[in-house]
Amino acid sequence: MKPARFNYHRPGNLPDALALLAEHGGAARVLAGGQSLMPLMAMRLTRPEELIDINRIDELKGITADDTAVTIGALTRYTEILRSEVIAAAVPLLAEAIRHVAHHAIRNRGTIGGSLALADPSAETPAVCLALAARVIARSAAGEREIPIDSFFHGLMATELAEDEILVGVRIPKRAASARHAFLEFARRRGDFAQAGVILAPGHTGVPENRAVVFGVGATAWRSSALEGAMGRNIADDVYAALRLEVAAAVEDETADYKARIVTTLAERAMARLA
Amino acid sequence: MSAATDQEVGRSRVRPRARRLVAGRGRYTDDIAAPRAVHVAFYRSPHPHARIKALELSAARAIPGVVLVASGADIARHCKPFAGVHRLFIGMKAADQLPVAVDRACWQGEPVVVVAAETRAIAEDALDLIEVDWEPLEGFGTPEGALAGPAIHEQLGDNIGFDGITTTGDVATAIAGAAVVVEDTFRFGRHTGVCLEARSILAVYDPQEQSLVVHESHQCPAQQQAIFADLMGLPEHRVRVICPDVGGAFGIKQQLYGDELATCIVAKMTGRPALFVADRVESFASDIHAREHVVKARMAFAHDGSILALTLDDLFAVGAYSQYPRSSIGEASHVARLTGAPYRIPAYQARVRMVYQNKPPVGHYRAVGHPIACAVGESLIDQGARALGLDPIAVRRLNQIRDGSGPHASHGAAVLEGLTLDACLDRLLAGFDVTDFRREQAAARQRGSLLGLGIASFVELAGTGAPYYGESGAPVTAQEACLVRLEPSGHVRCQASATDQGQGTDTAIGQAVADAVGVAFDDVEVVSGDSAACPPGGGAWASRGASAGVEAAVRAGRALRAEILRLAGLILQRKPEQMYVRRGVIRDAVTGAELITIREVAVIGHYRQHLLPPGTQPDLSLVRSYVPQNQAFLTTNGIQLATVSIDPGLGEVRLLRHRVAHDSGTVINPQLLDEQIRGGVVQGLGAALFEEIRYGEDGTLGTGTLMDYLVPLATEIPDIEVVHVTTADPSTTLGAKGAGEAGTAGAAAAVLNAVNDALAPLGARVSALPLTPERVLAAIAAASSVPAEALSRQKAGT
Repeated sequence: MKPARFNYHRPGNLPDALALLAEHGGAARVLAGGQSLMPLMAMRLTRPEELIDINRIDELKGITADDTAVTIGALTRYTEILRSEVIAAAVPLLAEAIRHVAHHAIRNRGTIGGSLALADPSAETPAVCLALAARVIARSAAGEREIPIDSFFHGLMATELAEDEILVGVRIPKRAASARHAFLEFARRRGDFAQAGVILAPGHTGVPENRAVVFGVGATAWRSSALEGAMGRNIADDVYAALRLEVAAAVEDETADYKARIVTTLAERAMARLA
Repeated sequence: MSAATDQEVGRSRVRPRARRLVAGRGRYTDDIAAPRAVHVAFYRSPHPHARIKALELSAARAIPGVVLVASGADIARHCKPFAGVHRLFIGMKAADQLPVAVDRACWQGEPVVVVAAETRAIAEDALDLIEVDWEPLEGFGTPEGALAGPAIHEQLGDNIGFDGITTTGDVATAIAGAAVVVEDTFRFGRHTGVCLEARSILAVYDPQEQSLVVHESHQCPAQQQAIFADLMGLPEHRVRVICPDVGGAFGIKQQLYGDELATCIVAKMTGRPALFVADRVESFASDIHAREHVVKARMAFAHDGSILALTLDDLFAVGAYSQYPRSSIGEASHVARLTGAPYRIPAYQARVRMVYQNKPPVGHYRAVGHPIACAVGESLIDQGARALGLDPIAVRRLNQIRDGSGPHASHGAAVLEGLTLDACLDRLLAGFDVTDFRREQAAARQRGSLLGLGIASFVELAGTGAPYYGESGAPVTAQEACLVRLEPSGHVRCQASATDQGQGTDTAIGQAVADAVGVAFDDVEVVSGDSAACPPGGGAWASRGASAGVEAAVRAGRALRAEILRLAGLILQRKPEQMYVRRGVIRDAVTGAELITIREVAVIGHYRQHLLPPGTQPDLSLVRSYVPQNQAFLTTNGIQLATVSIDPGLGEVRLLRHRVAHDSGTVINPQLLDEQIRGGVVQGLGAALFEEIRYGEDGTLGTGTLMDYLVPLATEIPDIEVVHVTTADPSTTLGAKGAGEAGTAGAAAAVLNAVNDALAPLGARVSALPLTPERVLAAIAAASSVPAEALSRQKAGT
């Protein structure tokens, strides 16, 4: 279990990192917290020729806020987000979700940017960013763009990021103080990737639309129209029938029945929390 | 009373080794320095079953730093083939194995090509460049598929390695006259013992001496010495196997692995030390697995709950080869011996079939066969009690073999002695209020919550004696030995054949020897795990450390004390029986006055022999052995209780309480004993809820990492309450019985029964382990789709 040979780069600033990425493109991988990439490399399931370690780039770290949103640098560790008073006040749903991410050792290393860029369908971070209507900030040598989270996830561990882009941060609209939410996931053991999860984020002044996200089910986290339509209303049984159809569409293997059952249960309980 | 406080046996001593290990100063096989060592890695078959049409190895050989790339045929030139046959099982068939596949791979993960290189990374680079022209063959992964399929090994005729029937009494008549007959099919998934330290071996071969020195993460150094010598054609006294610190073993480091023998051969072929350390992915693919059984079983009851008959048919799938040297039959043979063993069952029939399939070999993992036997028997008892409307605990009390009833020739053809089932059940329930729980359970049901209570009683066959492997033909000994020496300083050093992989056997030996000689615990040092430095013996298997390993040490320690007293008598001109030894001081038997110290005797015995009477030969290094000579197994027993809650919406089972009552005979070290039981329970709870190595129907592995194979974490496990009954084994000086496997034997069964107790009001039940949310939800869904009328019939037990 030793990685295939690779060249290791550790740029000290973002322009250098972007230049390396521009040079090597698809042959390179960006190393942030390494909690997924390192095992994948050790098992030779991924074999980048060039590894660009961004851990020394300070401008990618930290949490800032303005009137409408918080911006979290890609290299910000889970532990730092969990301890942040800004996050606790402005997007408590994010902190609640991250409490479900693995264990202390992993949260001390793992980064929000790494998780978003990897786009594991069972991970909490991509799902909660989807629920919070976040915008992903990506930069290349050519410049910076903001990608609405709704168009960020393309498929199983595939994103809108181009080969020469680094995910530099994520911008999350502040939740109104009165805004409620529900986060529920089911994992086999505490800290495991979720078997399934449901997040409900009812609309508020910052983000007027209801957003409901299902994760751990299918190739990416996804928004459930059935649940979004039902939020804030009396729920009829056909909501869950519609939800089960959505699950069936997302899952193509023999686990579809099981996933539909647990998603339904989680959704019922999440709805009850908001009621 | 002062004598009692001096006693080491019965005290909770912290393992001296534990401090070193916790401080990060463990010396595992991978920590042993070997200059110029080559690192060995294996190209393993990606197919469950495939013919090797051609190997292209030149690109791998061309990489700088690669020392050797060898095919199975290259390796086979240096050793004999081996087959895991156990001659006690008449008619057993097993195919010959070689360390590395030749012409054909029969399981995914089987070694196909060996690479040795300057580093493991270079070796893995070489693996990338190996090209194998495969012709995939049909693979059989499931037990049923293997039974029906064509022979994996043509020469065996079919895939049935063993087919045997145990019969007692008249089953047909007993069933015909029964008030209730319950029947079920139980499925158990593959497990493995997930050791913190993966399998590791460092082999050093000297061509001039024809000697092989092996450091190996293993339980049985003496057995490995015999096997390496025999298979490689080396003189046995030139082969030395050292097991340094071993980070867990659980039975999976008890046999010969092809990759480990191949590593010894690489050392011979290259003339350089060869190191192989399995990584986690290849551990799942190639470590010994266990527990893949499909058991169809029936139990017949009279109206009052008396058990009239039990039948079972165990289809046991063991992979492509029978493990060497012990064979793979152990688990199924224990299922036949032990199902329903706590009870008087007048009519019994058990058929066991061991079948070969395209998966890695199955062998011995903690509590061999016991968890299967316990789950089947105890589940059927609960089902019978439910059908009869009787209390499952009362049904157990009614049927269990009474304490003090003498040797019991069981329906499973075992002789069970000294059982304490009544006492264990009483101790178990003394700390648990069943009535109170039933009240709570009923209240919870009113709220729509599901609570369940499960009990599982078990008989253990531990401390395997000479008859079992004595008849097998394998180089496996049931004997343990200990050399005890008085050092010139008055300290005592023990060289034990029993080995320690973390369970604390060394500590127990130290405590027992301290008492036997009459010195303080800190004055005793124990060395084990070296086939050259320690006398031959079994090592660690079948919970034999306390019952056989410590017993040999006690006998050696007592012999040394007698020799110390003989010498003291000669020095002091007193009779030995007029003196006693305590904590290093020899005292007058009547007055207790100090006469001389052990240290003074040691100095005379080692340096000043001229002071002794003419003709005296001091004998201060003494070895004694102990073997359970005529007893196939040492019997003991225990019972476990679990309570669970089930989330009916998610299928999640939560463990609430877990309680164990067990008879370990004389307790040597209460803390080590409790933790042995707890550790065993945790592995049993893993079996109950989490652990399963998944395979496709063709034998394709689906479990590669610890993200797929879920071991229980502290967050999932409740506190485990342990209470003891202590009935000394009369056949030994010390009276200790095995404890290492008790926890694993009954934990899964207790949880299975608790889950089915919780599901009973829904008319749902599960009989496949592990009890995953998926299985629990499916059972609930299946029950709710049964028409109400059928459900009520089912509940009435008709």
